[in-house]
Amino acid sequence: MDAATKTIEEFAGQEYKYGFVTEVDSDVVPPGLDESVIRLISEKKEEPSWLTQWRLRAYRHWRTMAEPRWPKVHFPKIDYQAISYYAAPKKKSEGPKSLEEVDPEILATYEKLGIPLKEQEVLAGVAVDAVFDSVSVATTFREKLSELGIIFCSFSEAVKEHPDLVREYLGSVVPYTDNFFASLNSAVFSDGSFCYVPKGVQCPMELSTYFRINAANTGQFERTLLIADEGASVSYLEGCTAPMRDENQLHAAVVELVALAGAKIKYSTVQNWYPGDASGRGGIYNFVTKRGACRGEASKISWTQVETGSAITWKYPSCILQGDGSIGEFYSVAVANSRQQADTGTKMIHIGKGTRSTIVSKGISAGYGQNSYRGLVRITPKATGSRNFTQCDSMLLGDKCGAHTFPYIEVQNDSSQVEHEASTSKIGEDQIFYCNQRGISTEDAVSLIVNGFCKEVLAELPMEFAVEAQKLLGISLEGSVG
Amino acid sequence: MILEIRNLHAGIEGTEILKGIDLTVKAGEVHAIMGPNGSGKSTLAGVLAGREEYEVTEGEVLFRGENLLEMSPEERAAAGVFLAFQYPVEIPGVNSAYFLRTGLNSIRKSRGEEELDALDFLKLAREKLKLVQMDEAFLKRSVNEGFSGGEKKRHEIFQMAVLDPVLGILDETDSGLDIDALRIVAAGVNSLRRADNAFLVVTHYQRLLNHIIPDVVHVLLDGRIVQSGGKELALQLEAEGYDRIKQAATV
Repeated sequence: MDAATKTIEEFAGQEYKYGFVTEVDSDVVPPGLDESVIRLISEKKEEPSWLTQWRLRAYRHWRTMAEPRWPKVHFPKIDYQAISYYAAPKKKSEGPKSLEEVDPEILATYEKLGIPLKEQEVLAGVAVDAVFDSVSVATTFREKLSELGIIFCSFSEAVKEHPDLVREYLGSVVPYTDNFFASLNSAVFSDGSFCYVPKGVQCPMELSTYFRINAANTGQFERTLLIADEGASVSYLEGCTAPMRDENQLHAAVVELVALAGAKIKYSTVQNWYPGDASGRGGIYNFVTKRGACRGEASKISWTQVETGSAITWKYPSCILQGDGSIGEFYSVAVANSRQQADTGTKMIHIGKGTRSTIVSKGISAGYGQNSYRGLVRITPKATGSRNFTQCDSMLLGDKCGAHTFPYIEVQNDSSQVEHEASTSKIGEDQIFYCNQRGISTEDAVSLIVNGFCKEVLAELPMEFAVEAQKLLGISLEGSVG
Repeated sequence: MILEIRNLHAGIEGTEILKGIDLTVKAGEVHAIMGPNGSGKSTLAGVLAGREEYEVTEGEVLFRGENLLEMSPEERAAAGVFLAFQYPVEIPGVNSAYFLRTGLNSIRKSRGEEELDALDFLKLAREKLKLVQMDEAFLKRSVNEGFSGGEKKRHEIFQMAVLDPVLGILDETDSGLDIDALRIVAAGVNSLRRADNAFLVVTHYQRLLNHIIPDVVHVLLDGRIVQSGGKELALQLEAEGYDRIKQAATV
């Protein structure tokens, strides 16, 4: 036990390396939420009245709702009047947005996070939209993408420049009445990313959004809307970090994906919000609604997520398989270490004929972490000849953590087929000793074993991000085995 | 001198299993440890490799003059101690090449040697695979997952060949092997014998020792070495069984 205890002591104090704060002048709306705050946000963003009205309808609906109590997570009551709903770094000047104009402090922040925004330094083939607190501060490679007719910009810009597209699709997958956090987001969302890939266009590079919460006492409510027109394809990645703060911060985002006939969308997330300290103080409440609609025939939406951060994660990236022969996929790795709680999974709603879905979920629990998989597979009466395969594996490190599985399966016709496999394993001392005996340290052994456990999911990530995700898994679990 | 064990007492959860072992292994030698089930053979192998569940209560073990018992299992590996497991462990999703390269490079790094890149490693691995007549496809398979008993054992010897230890400990490597696999494994081990390394072959049966000829044979009984001799001792045991020695020891 000596070596093990030592390892724990060495790494328990392992710092969250993205926990720094950037000093920038911010335009922050005072805490509190009422209709005047919503009008103020809408006004600041110079929005058309239909959008202001949409927000207000969402707000009024939200006021009738209560926080969901069914997730297997526990947290003190959130005072929604104590949160500031808008924080934006002050711009140095007005006018068209370019990288030269972005506050050098912010550029430095992204560089420190490993996301250089200067285009020549950007990873070859990755366009980035950087969201800092409530607003998008920079979008790279826009011109190159626009040559192909691809629109990739901040949500605010999309509202101004492509109002018809936004109006057509906003709320069409996640209506503002959908759930407590989605309604709140609909009322107060400040920015996010927008992407439209026109008919038949294969987006030649990875698109990504990088979310950063910086300001204190603020919530982050961004919205992403991604539309792949007929026969188009796009791969999209989002990453997230936040400073270490003692108070909890709320992140309630909404992501809507629309895939028309024959379109393919691959959406990958590496979520590394600040998880709080070892005693469970601080950290992000990550209450997110992500949903994609496979509207057209033979369309495909694939979600891949690696969730290592946040004090609490509550998210279920889902697919509505409307088009005949459409395909939905969900690949997930969720880590709950220290006092983290994760309640995550997916919903696959089969509506079209011959639709297929695949769910591969890997939950890793360590420390006092609690990890729940919650998934719904619904095959409606019309979705004849549909198939689902679900594999749900849990790994436990230590004996104070928990893994839970809540699969809901509803099959309403006779010609469909649903398979569910589940397993729970413990990282064995014999596995670690075997690695040790081959010269591999315990830390590296845990990382190796966990990465092996998550292999099928990591294989779904774009190359660069797979490497990043592997490292992140190692770091998140350092000190968790003894 | 590669290994010097003096008055080693060790056990598990308060039960003493090794009750005073003395053993000296010189460079270039192969020692066989034979004994009936429960005599402490695997415990001895485990203690030398640094298994945590065993507690050493008395005695000392020097490995090339250094206190082995103070080293962590990975430090022992880096110093050149290799254990071929009786029950090799499965690591799903981790391919054999990646696993072994990680180990080899950790060891090289701790010795201040340069790490091998994937290509150099592959070159080395291919060469060593031949020693145990294994196909290159093994490198891509998850460590021990779905391996047959014989494949697992050959895989152990392959790993030993790549890591090139100073002291190779074979814990019941012959168990579960058919005669062909036994020959391959033994040939692999023999090809690794040199004047500057040594092997400790732990086995219940004599048959492995027909192929890996030991310099010294020790009989372990109830946690003590009760008899040592040349290779003919193994033959004698095979012919007479352990009962005679047991009787002799209790008299």
